[in-house]
Amino acid sequence: MWRYLGKRLLISVATVVGIVVIVFFIVRVLPGDAAIARAGPYANEEKVAEIRDKYGFDDPILVQFYNHVTGVFTGDFGTSIRTDGDVFDELMDRLPASLELAFYSVLLAMLIGIPLGILAAARRGTWIDGSARVFAIFGSSMALFWLGLLLIYFLFFRLRWFPGPIDRLAIGTEAPQTITGFYTVDAALRGDFGLMFEAFRYLALPVITLGFVLAAPILKMVRASMIDALDSHHVRTAKAIGVSGRSILFRDGFRNALLPVITAIGIVFGYMLGGNIIVEFLFAWPGIGRYAYSAIQVNDLEALQGFVIVVGVLYVLLNVVIDVSYAWVDPRIRLGKKVST
Amino acid sequence: MSTADPAPDAKPSGFGRGSGDDGKSDPFEAPEIAGETTRLPLWRRKPLLIAGFVILTAFVLLAVFGPLFVSDPRVTDTANTYEAPSPDHWFGTDKFGRDVFARAVHAARLDITIGIVIAMAAMVVGSTIGVVSGYFGGWVDEGLMRITDVVLAFPGFVLALILVAAIGNTIPNVIIAVTIAYIPYFIRLTRAQVLSERELEYVDGAKLAGNGRWRIAFRHVLPNSMGPSVVQAALVAGWAILTVAGLAFLGVGIRPPTAEWGVMVAEGAPDIMTGQWWTALFAGGMIVLAAMAFQFIGDDLGAEGV
Repeated sequence: MWRYLGKRLLISVATVVGIVVIVFFIVRVLPGDAAIARAGPYANEEKVAEIRDKYGFDDPILVQFYNHVTGVFTGDFGTSIRTDGDVFDELMDRLPASLELAFYSVLLAMLIGIPLGILAAARRGTWIDGSARVFAIFGSSMALFWLGLLLIYFLFFRLRWFPGPIDRLAIGTEAPQTITGFYTVDAALRGDFGLMFEAFRYLALPVITLGFVLAAPILKMVRASMIDALDSHHVRTAKAIGVSGRSILFRDGFRNALLPVITAIGIVFGYMLGGNIIVEFLFAWPGIGRYAYSAIQVNDLEALQGFVIVVGVLYVLLNVVIDVSYAWVDPRIRLGKKVST
Repeated sequence: MSTADPAPDAKPSGFGRGSGDDGKSDPFEAPEIAGETTRLPLWRRKPLLIAGFVILTAFVLLAVFGPLFVSDPRVTDTANTYEAPSPDHWFGTDKFGRDVFARAVHAARLDITIGIVIAMAAMVVGSTIGVVSGYFGGWVDEGLMRITDVVLAFPGFVLALILVAAIGNTIPNVIIAVTIAYIPYFIRLTRAQVLSERELEYVDGAKLAGNGRWRIAFRHVLPNSMGPSVVQAALVAGWAILTVAGLAFLGVGIRPPTAEWGVMVAEGAPDIMTGQWWTALFAGGMIVLAAMAFQFIGDDLGAEGV
């Protein structure tokens, strides 16, 4: 187990280094002059030269690379040209908002995807299965921004069931004191359930948007692995000796299907780390996605680069957690045996 | 549960296919009866495939001939801004009085083309790298796989985003960036296929017949390993349309006033808050419908889409 863990961690460190290298390459080495971009459209030559000097864009590329890498690993992601603030600090300030949105979205996606997947597998070949399939295709061909706009139009503009896309809370409402950074949790911890309810109301539309789209891959994965499990020999034996249908479905089927589902949830989280730019922009959600959006608008590459590194690192960390929990549950993996999943 | 064991078409491809122990034969399982399903007409066996092709054909026709029949998408008409959909303006007019339907039709040409070009380019490049990696193995394979791992460590959308942001907002740059984001899928897929394919006897036969390594890799192994990639390409074309539109929605890549679906949604999004839903929602609907057509096709052909 420890050997597996060590090996896995080593690979992820290598991946993180790879991410930093690739991002550096994309931002600095590809055509496009970072100094001119940073100086803005109205800068004269002098200003550009000054910036070039200040940020070391004149240094040899290897020196720049060394400074960049040492910076990143000590938490120095540079300075945003938009806000003039420290990119790392700004991202960390905004991360809880993104994580709260992500958490509830994946939760909703699981609440939709897992039961539907089990149902589709149990009723394979029937109209229920067919509808689940069409639902999954709908989800995977849905454009987040379109679904978001539909929800805003109908549930906010028409029906006024939910608040409009402004922020995490209404303007003027004071945010709960930060404990976890999740408004819903912080409000509940302070016993202010009215505020918690408000926070949930503001979460609702973006969470429904993301949750619906994310439910599709989970549904597909649950269904496929359930079918694998239900087709297995031990299930056939269980049927033969008269174990009840429900018991087979959950004890033999779902328990064995759970591992691929963990993987699916990892993939879904990764997808969301990209999709949240769209959703956070659309719903004015003050997370790292909207930070990235604002950075894009003014070509703030330093800030964008910081966002990409944070997303990459989160994604790698998540995969480590998933792989390790996977290996913990299934000894075949940590012993390096080939597993068909 | 036991009663739900479906009859002959037990393993519907794609969505349904369990991926488990394919190789092992099961002495207790009755062989699948092939005749039962093949007697059904195609539209009964693969209704989604047919639906996908019908929708896609409609889009292609719209893209090719549509622009001939609608007005100029750039013409503004300040006297008739924000008109609701009517027989004159099927999708209404936007804040500049431009005809939304005309813009959506012109955008179809751009978006469908971009989607297909990206899928094809990613497939060609990815399969080429995949066959080199899989057939030759060794340090080439090791190196290529590590690079692929790092690229896959990015959510594809974020990778495309930063690429376009770095190399500049032009249509060719968007195509390049999104293609790069999808190449790893094809590398993985082709490589896996090549690894099993190269062990087959015809490869030995080709070697004995005196074919060189490159010739065997590209003339014999690659064509036999392309199946899954071609199916995957259908899904990728749909995703590429979503990705390109998503980037345009964020103001990355294709910019206004180009008639592109994502741009149209971005321009129309603020109108939603004042009740003019038609400027954004029609264009967005086209994106979803086009992506769905590709999904139908890919799914019914058995792509491993997640």
